[in-house]
Amino acid sequence: MSFQNIQGQFEAEFENIQKNLNGKSGSDFNLIRKGAFEQFKALGIPTVKNEDWKYSNLKNLDKLQFSFNSASSISKTTFDSLPFSSLKGISICFVNGIFSQELSNIEESAKIKVLTLENALDQIPEVIEKHYGKYVEVDKEGLSALNNALSNSGSVIVIDENYVLESPIVIRYISDVTSENIALNIHNLIVVGKHSEAKIVEIFQTEGEKTAFSNLVTEIFVDKDAIAHYYKIQDENDQSYHVGTTQVNQEDKSYFYSATVTLNGGFVRNNLNLVLNGQYIDNHMYGLYIPNGKQHVDNHTLVDHKMPNCESNELYKGVLMDSSNGVFNGKIFVREDAQKTNAYQNCRNVITSDTASMNSKPQLEIWADDVKCSHGTTTGKLNDDAIFYMQSRGIPKPEAIRLQLVAFAEEVVSQIKIEELREMLDTMIENKLK
Amino acid sequence: MLKISNLQARVESKEILRGINLEIKPGEIHAIMGPNGSGKSTLASVLAGREDYEVTGGTVEFNGKDLLDLAPEERAAEGIFLAFQYPVEIPGVTTINFLKTAINQIRKYHEKEPLDAAQFLKLMKEKAKSVKIDDQLLRRSLNEGFSGGEKKRNEIFQMAMLEPSLGILDETDSGLDIDALKIVADGVNQLRSADRSFIVVTHYQRLLDYIVPDFVHVLYKGRIVKSGTKDLALELEEKGYDWIKSEADALEASMV
Repeated sequence: MSFQNIQGQFEAEFENIQKNLNGKSGSDFNLIRKGAFEQFKALGIPTVKNEDWKYSNLKNLDKLQFSFNSASSISKTTFDSLPFSSLKGISICFVNGIFSQELSNIEESAKIKVLTLENALDQIPEVIEKHYGKYVEVDKEGLSALNNALSNSGSVIVIDENYVLESPIVIRYISDVTSENIALNIHNLIVVGKHSEAKIVEIFQTEGEKTAFSNLVTEIFVDKDAIAHYYKIQDENDQSYHVGTTQVNQEDKSYFYSATVTLNGGFVRNNLNLVLNGQYIDNHMYGLYIPNGKQHVDNHTLVDHKMPNCESNELYKGVLMDSSNGVFNGKIFVREDAQKTNAYQNCRNVITSDTASMNSKPQLEIWADDVKCSHGTTTGKLNDDAIFYMQSRGIPKPEAIRLQLVAFAEEVVSQIKIEELREMLDTMIENKLK
Repeated sequence: MLKISNLQARVESKEILRGINLEIKPGEIHAIMGPNGSGKSTLASVLAGREDYEVTGGTVEFNGKDLLDLAPEERAAEGIFLAFQYPVEIPGVTTINFLKTAINQIRKYHEKEPLDAAQFLKLMKEKAKSVKIDDQLLRRSLNEGFSGGEKKRNEIFQMAMLEPSLGILDETDSGLDIDALKIVADGVNQLRSADRSFIVVTHYQRLLDYIVPDFVHVLYKGRIVKSGTKDLALELEEKGYDWIKSEADALEASMV
């Protein structure tokens, strides 16, 4: 049996958590966890035999030994030297899954709640009860079930009704893997209330050269007429494993704009699932991945059009260098009731080396008859004519290539509505594409 | 300035240039004419350094340097400019950004300080005015969605910005109506100077009404088979290429 070692580690950790509940083992929340763990045991960690995991093989994970409660001593100075630390706005920072007051900047008001999962359970149990774990599908994805069972870290962000929050809310996850491998099960919940607007940024980083296995679930509830901007930024080391599911539930007339930017990461799997649970909903999903070395980046997206008159738009772009791998799988469901749906999907990739590869697969399933849907995917090398054209004007070949790749990536970055973040990403992308 | 001796080149196994000899002095304009497939555009591409062509023999000396030894960007920095027959569209890179990079790379090659944003914009405004190109066009992605005329005008604008010592116009007149042709020719004429030379590759004589050459050469089957003054172009316009082809074919047959 595959994954015997790693599954044993998770089982031991689950028992460990259950032993230390101090009388709360009968709570509703814990009952959900217990159920989720049974689901995990039934589903297991996905193998390549699972169609959705065909190109993303987790087998090397089983060779590793993880710590679930690893203390970290990242200093404020080290933190400040990390990319993105100067981003302005409200921030909530977790180091090895543990909330750090020192590294966070939380300004609470009557309209905004930024809490750790633990505090949210105490302070706003009604929100947790209503939304937590309600959107993510634990019966299909073993790692999401595992997340629900073991999540011991995460943030809960609630934007009240009728409120436009100008400054971004930044959720930082820093994995300090200088001395040992760590496993994290993170679960975030973001609720954007009716007629409100917020910009949420999730940033994942590592410090050190050992392995962090981050198993993440972020649930986002976008209420009626609300606007949510969601940016997921990944900059983790080459040893890291990141499996993240962002599950979005959109109500009537809501907008959801996302950009998923993978700068670095050893093994990255992002699931972005949108359920359009109302009419006149709009969403735009952008993605950018620029793996090099042996990095592996897999983006799976799913848009479920359930009701009429909604629009979804998707553009994912990749630059694949060296021996890196990319995977894109975009599912669009248009249910029978979802007439007048507009759904567009596009995935474009540039490969800069003979040993890099990309697997791209659009999957449209349409049951309604009055819809406009399109999809397209391209993977190719940079145009030699364009490179020669630039050279003929005095631009050396490497610079000509870099200019074109940066321009290619910019189409995604330019969609980000936080100027400061855009500039930081531009610099990091330019440096990586050198 | 430029001395081409017995230049031979091929693409894959097909010989396209079969011994070109041509010497160009500062300030001169040489027109290269010839029927389709004679090697005109290949000559232009080989001089600019396109990798698709393999040079199999001969030499090209440019201002005392072995041109064939230089990478395309080095040739540009040394003062060669090729105005493309089909300018390439480059999404996401504005003409401004592109030219700023180009100019500063060339300055770097000559160990000069880069132009700052203000200096660059001043230069750009001045040159845009001189070749009558709209500022707005320059803020768009390079050649993307440009009309044929806009693309060619953009080529001339780039030439004005880079101030080469040898401008090579590869069928710049193709696909242009007479008004666009006049604007492009006018741009070239403004760049004429005692130390700047041009090679004008064209199939038709009409461009040469506006850019008057000092010499006209006819290329056929990869060789220059006839040279003359601008009157030769007029003669070709009147009589077509057939008489030249027969002459050249007869000569080649007699040499076998």
